Amino acid sequence: MSDPSAPRVSLFVTCLADLMRPSVAFASIRLLEQAGCIVDVPLQQTCCGQPGYNSGDYESTIPVARRTIELFEHAEYVVAPSGSCAGMLREHYPKLLQGEWRERALALAEKTFELTCFLTDVVKLDSAPAISTQMPAVTYHDSCAGLRELGIKEQPRKLLKELCNVEIKEMQQTDVCCGFGGTFCAKMPDISAKMVDDKLKNAVASGASMITGGDLGCLFNIAGRARREGIDIEVRHVAELLSGDLYSPAIGEGE
Amino acid sequence: MKLQSQHFQAKTAEALADTAGVAQRDVLALFAPMLRDAAVQEFGSFEALRQHVKHIRQHSLDNLDYYLARFELEATNNGNQVHYADTSEEMNSIVLDICQQHDARRVAKGKSMVTEETGLNDFLQRGGLEVVETDLGEYIIQQAGETPSHIVGPALHKSEQQIRELFLEKHALGERELETTADLVTEARTVLREHFLKADVGIIGSNALIAENGYSMLVTNEGNGDLCANLPNVLIICTTLDRVLPRGEDATAMQRLLVRSATGQPQTCYTSFYSGPRREGELDGPLETHIVLLDNKRSDILASDYKEMLQCIRCGACLNHCPIFAAAGGHSYGWVYSGPMGSILTPLLTSLEASEALPNACSSCGRCEEVCPAAIPIPDLLRDLRHEQSRQKITAPRWRSGLKLHAWLAMRPALYQFLTGTTMTILHRFGRKKGSFSKLPLAGGWTGKRDFPAPQSSTFMQQYKARSKADE
Repeated sequence: MSDPSAPRVSLFVTCLADLMRPSVAFASIRLLEQAGCIVDVPLQQTCCGQPGYNSGDYESTIPVARRTIELFEHAEYVVAPSGSCAGMLREHYPKLLQGEWRERALALAEKTFELTCFLTDVVKLDSAPAISTQMPAVTYHDSCAGLRELGIKEQPRKLLKELCNVEIKEMQQTDVCCGFGGTFCAKMPDISAKMVDDKLKNAVASGASMITGGDLGCLFNIAGRARREGIDIEVRHVAELLSGDLYSPAIGEGE
Repeated sequence: MKLQSQHFQAKTAEALADTAGVAQRDVLALFAPMLRDAAVQEFGSFEALRQHVKHIRQHSLDNLDYYLARFELEATNNGNQVHYADTSEEMNSIVLDICQQHDARRVAKGKSMVTEETGLNDFLQRGGLEVVETDLGEYIIQQAGETPSHIVGPALHKSEQQIRELFLEKHALGERELETTADLVTEARTVLREHFLKADVGIIGSNALIAENGYSMLVTNEGNGDLCANLPNVLIICTTLDRVLPRGEDATAMQRLLVRSATGQPQTCYTSFYSGPRREGELDGPLETHIVLLDNKRSDILASDYKEMLQCIRCGACLNHCPIFAAAGGHSYGWVYSGPMGSILTPLLTSLEASEALPNACSSCGRCEEVCPAAIPIPDLLRDLRHEQSRQKITAPRWRSGLKLHAWLAMRPALYQFLTGTTMTILHRFGRKKGSFSKLPLAGGWTGKRDFPAPQSSTFMQQYKARSKADE
């Protein structure tokens, strides 16, 4: 029997975790359950609509946003392992939609959280699976949407410290964009490459051998550029670290 | 100034190939935010002041007709002549006319982005006038025949050595070394002093127009604005009509935001208030003063969804905090204003189509909005411009159709999950060994500069559904 007072969480998987790195979504479920939540995954979910929205195609994004609202508005809490997707639901749906839909977007926004934020600010996760391997030196990339739209800065650091005993080796300019920016990185590849090079330079200079963060888009960009440039640094989503999943290949690494 | 924004990407590639330039911009991008941050921290209640000034600016713009009329009345009572110019050409003509009425030959000019916008210097020079920029940065780029790379520090792209070579070439002052920066500044001061003394007309800009007393406020670090304003017999203040604020205390409140945001100083060296021409019994000051107020589409912006952009106080903080500006450099933006604020103003003041790249030169990181003293939602306005581009079909067709297709699929979960499931499974099989792809069909935008990490496995949805089924 499940605890009737347990928080019910609907997981917004995010399209990148769904398509590219399911371990992040499974890790999120484990962490939420460990924090005493009952987790469900609405099976009809796809993408929050950021690519079109950020590129200015509001017209095609509106139905995607409405659809997401319909799928999730029944939830007690909606949690996403991504600051930018949670930010899309929280900050941008209400900007995009009008009238009754705006009201519904605002209601959804109130109960939508990024994963590390939810695990510290809403529920309490106080034990992590014991990590048998020695954790490498880790640095944290603050993804822009999480940092500036949702105020996520201390939450993942606190969790990593308390649960994994990981002390972050802070890099210089950790709050500067890594150059991903969704379609930006494909539209302005030269500038984007310069930005991600700066990010990698700062990460390596911090002495860390692993970069973690809360947004797969940024992490794919960082890992992809590291692979291209032959920079030896491991890239993993923070949910994987927190759930002790260090065994599957890191992002961009072969088996 | 001629629009070159259509070459943004090509110019950026050039800027990135210039390693010395990149290093110089990186230093600015690292230290300018630190200076601003320290100044804001020391001030304490910066956010409260920011909201206070935003409220006042909003109020002023909402009641612009009232405050402009009040400003004109008070300024006229002080002895100023107030002119209105709809277009850049009109402003230039008004200024040239005034110069010609006085048989002026030489103009000493203070820093003014508005006159960069209208191309005033070229216009006056074609009219036979000698125009000398007196702000050190503006003077340097004028000598070099360049345009400003930054709205606050127009010559920030120049190295000390480049400036040394420029002065040695341009100033006929004989053999000399100009070893230190102090030598360079001293030489510029000596040369400029002559221009101040010989000028018939002084032209300056304005940071704020004060409705209650008709004063114009100017903030500088070099004092050149005061010399332009006080030494020549005729003073012309060139600015735009959105600069008007109700009271003197509103202008000073805005000034507190401005200086900290711009340079991280607690105070600039000079903040001057110009009331009007020399009055009877006064020993100095201009004999005649003009204020030329340019519209150039500001009224259109005021009536549009972009009206918040008129609250911009031209501090340059968004430039200093923008990693794209740091990478691209100001000249890549191809017009007067650069960085995030320029990427909004350029399309609004020139052409959305010709400046197509600028609203896209944004990763939506939000750092600009965070530090903007006017609290302008810059990323939102840039996205709205991209929306406008999408609506007008200015956006490249492959992007428009690609994004439409993506949204179309996102509305059809069964098809979406089938297609993504199949594709990811195949990509995983091909990529699992190496972990990433260096090339991938349809992903050239990504793989041009970085590898494409291989999907970890089949999709989450496939696995989750299979597990749920097994549990049943």
